[in-house]
Amino acid sequence: MELKRKPADDTRIKVGKKSGSVMTLPLIIWLVCFVLVPLLLIGWYGITVENPDGSMSVSFENFKRFADPIYLNPLLRSAKIATITTVVCIALGYPVAYILARSTAKWTNIVMMLILMPMWINFMLRIYSWASLLEGNGIINSLLVSLGFEKQQFMYTEGVVVLGTIYNFLPFMIMPIQNVLLKLDNSLLEAAADLGASPVRRFFKITLPYSVPGIISGVAMVFVPSVTTFVISQRLGGNKVPLIGNIIESQFGMAGDWNFGSTVSLIVMAIVLAFMFAINKTDRAEVNGRGLTL
Amino acid sequence: MRTHRTKWYSKLYLGLIVAFLQLPIIIMMINSFNSSRAMGAWTWEGFTLDWYRELISNDKILSSLGTTLLLALAAAVISTIIGTIAAIGLSGMKKRISGIILNVSYIPMLNAEIVMGISLMLLFAIIGIDRGFLTLLIGHITFCIPYVILSVMPKIRQFDHSKYEAALDLGATPKMAIVRIFIPDILPGIISGFLMAFTLSMDDFIISFFTTGNGVKTLPIEIYTMMTKRGISPEVNALSTIVYIIVFIIMLGINVLPSIRQRADIKKKLKSERKQVS
Amino acid sequence: MKTTWKSLLKVGWSFILIAAMLFALTGCSLPDEKVVRIYNWGDYIDETVINQFEEETGYTVIDSLFETNEQMYTDIVNGGGKYDVLFPSDYMIERMISEDLLAEINFENVPNYSYIDDEYKNLSYDPENKYSIPYMWGTMGILYNTTMVSEPPTSWTALFDEQYDSSIFMLNSARDSIGITLMMLGYDLNSVDEAELEEAKQALIEQSDLVLGYMVDDYKGKMIAGEAALALAWQGDAVFCISENEDLAYVIPKEGSNIFVDALCIPKNCPNKEGAEAFINFLCRPDIAAKNAYYIGYSSPSTEAREVMETLDEESAGSGSDPIAYPDITQYELYFFSSLGDKNKIYDRIWNEVLNSQQS
Repeated sequence: MELKRKPADDTRIKVGKKSGSVMTLPLIIWLVCFVLVPLLLIGWYGITVENPDGSMSVSFENFKRFADPIYLNPLLRSAKIATITTVVCIALGYPVAYILARSTAKWTNIVMMLILMPMWINFMLRIYSWASLLEGNGIINSLLVSLGFEKQQFMYTEGVVVLGTIYNFLPFMIMPIQNVLLKLDNSLLEAAADLGASPVRRFFKITLPYSVPGIISGVAMVFVPSVTTFVISQRLGGNKVPLIGNIIESQFGMAGDWNFGSTVSLIVMAIVLAFMFAINKTDRAEVNGRGLTL
Repeated sequence: MRTHRTKWYSKLYLGLIVAFLQLPIIIMMINSFNSSRAMGAWTWEGFTLDWYRELISNDKILSSLGTTLLLALAAAVISTIIGTIAAIGLSGMKKRISGIILNVSYIPMLNAEIVMGISLMLLFAIIGIDRGFLTLLIGHITFCIPYVILSVMPKIRQFDHSKYEAALDLGATPKMAIVRIFIPDILPGIISGFLMAFTLSMDDFIISFFTTGNGVKTLPIEIYTMMTKRGISPEVNALSTIVYIIVFIIMLGINVLPSIRQRADIKKKLKSERKQVS
Repeated sequence: MKTTWKSLLKVGWSFILIAAMLFALTGCSLPDEKVVRIYNWGDYIDETVINQFEEETGYTVIDSLFETNEQMYTDIVNGGGKYDVLFPSDYMIERMISEDLLAEINFENVPNYSYIDDEYKNLSYDPENKYSIPYMWGTMGILYNTTMVSEPPTSWTALFDEQYDSSIFMLNSARDSIGITLMMLGYDLNSVDEAELEEAKQALIEQSDLVLGYMVDDYKGKMIAGEAALALAWQGDAVFCISENEDLAYVIPKEGSNIFVDALCIPKNCPNKEGAEAFINFLCRPDIAAKNAYYIGYSSPSTEAREVMETLDEESAGSGSDPIAYPDITQYELYFFSSLGDKNKIYDRIWNEVLNSQQS
């Protein structure tokens, strides 16, 4: 038995120290091959155009092409829809997270489970299900008619696309906020109460600031996917509400112009990463708040 | 923060949100028992188990389910291995370098999925890999890795190093200490990362849409193809209902069993303590 | 240093392990000679036909789907995948021949070509008929719900009629939607004239207020459900919809319309030309062609197949002479699309403008 051992010079675990870089090697190789190189390829396609003879030449023509209302409008519309979605998700989701985090009841786990369960049904099916609810001859209209009301047309509008994105991404807002709130130390609130702070004041001075990291993670998890969705606007919006995701998809699908599609992807990626960087700056540390409840 | 009894209006609110989230799933379940083929206007034409019967003989749906499960399992296993090893390695590296690597590895999670999907499609097209199961797997591993790292990392940070040192002091080799002390300690993070990866892979559509080919179809892809053909066949509703109920039972077990076991443990402890006292 | 090497070795091993796993998972892939990879439109072949082919020949068929000719074309040009049999439309075949993307078919391996009617041979897109064998043909027209229209439509103008506000589905396809608008305005279906296209664009933008949604395939189910009165539709889809809902009817408008032929082709870089020809030959066999045409609803270019179709089952009687599927084409003004080359971008732009015109 050997007891002589150098005192620990830092708190890191020894596995990490010697072979740390070796252990990260598989990850690094993977990231280079399947994240960085593919993104560079998008960059390459994005700044080139295909000549009639099939060769490629560097040109920023496609960026000019993008500066056109027919592409900028979908981008703005995507931003608008994603913003509305995010705000509504905070408004709807925060109280849920708050109630669940505060409650002493045993059933809160089950409620959380019910909130997360829909993710186990394929999202395409859930969208399809919404369509069968909302269509002209759908379930809601059948009910309306049998109750003596007029039929309503809910489908193919911006509103129904927003409903789809809210529905789809709401759990991603609730999860991280609840996670953060659960960690809030009660003694803080008690101390504030002892010092005479009203419940409203306590909420705004302690609880809300404390939950900001959770909200930020939630915003990241809701905003980005809703900005780039293309299936929801296709299926519920009947392509009448074209979003930037639809533009990208159609360039790789219907129009078959990989170069322009890459240019648009590049622009979207720049916006998304800038957005993530900005909100990450707001609170650097709290990537951990991203919900990992199961 | 758990201190409060929940007021009735809070309960009502939770109920409404849960109802909103469950509504389309309930509709789907109802449709799985509806003998109307859901092609025309929605009507209830009576209860039937036909779709469940037909599901058993629907090779297309079942084989796509098989592909989905195999893919999710493989992607989750591989991404958990790569992610966990890398997370351990990263925790021992200089902050600046590990920060850069971490930021890059989060890209697939932070970036728009459609862009990630397209970038991989371009890669596979250019190096001439036939799109199929392998390309799907690569795509899924790529977007699963960050979630694994994200759930393992905090556990590593929380690890109490004195435990590890104590083990060494007591004569354990570093290897033993890692296997016996360190790994069990971060295991919850590994498991939650694995489950997260599995779930995400199961549900993914966008990355799969751009990385699959040659007729390899996951369930989400199969459903999408059905939507673009003659509508979703009711067998899919039946399958999803079954999956949902199975997952529901498992989840309920996970959420309810521990508290039951805890209670039992406490009782046992109390008993043994009493015995010792007497 | 020693530990580093050791762990490096371990990493190497783990990589080999992962690679082995990947191979094990994909290892079940078959050699090229035993596989026929087809690249087809969605819902454009009877699945049982594929099964029958596999049983009779021992080949395994792998099917991939495309939504538009352009998508398929880009995929082929960029090497997105390996395929043996393609199902492109006329104008795309013309383009692919001119760009040397298609292989000449060895007609000795396709004896069933003799069942194809002469009027579908040597068509303008493949004048010497070296690269393609007709699979299906069809027209474009208006699918309408007889209970929801004031009078049966006879002109494309019905799709632009204000009385059908929010009761119209259009195809989310630049070529088709712009094409019929050009015809309504009395222009050539293939026009690239700026003024004419501008006029068509304005008409489509005005129309967009009336349109419920722009779709490619979803409209079938929705028309069956009675969600809208009118839809721009392909004839094969119309046949299917009418079989599900008797209130529906189909008309080729008097201004004329598009006629198309989708043909079977073999790409130059196909891995298994023999298999491809065996598959094409199989599809031309009258009993098989009949099954396919009956299932998908488009029109078969083979008289023998149409005769077999009548006898497939109790309900199939009349399907081989269905006036919707087999109209007297001499009575209508029907035109093929022609390849637009780089003018495609103009169509794409116009179409994006139309989709974007809704200010909500």
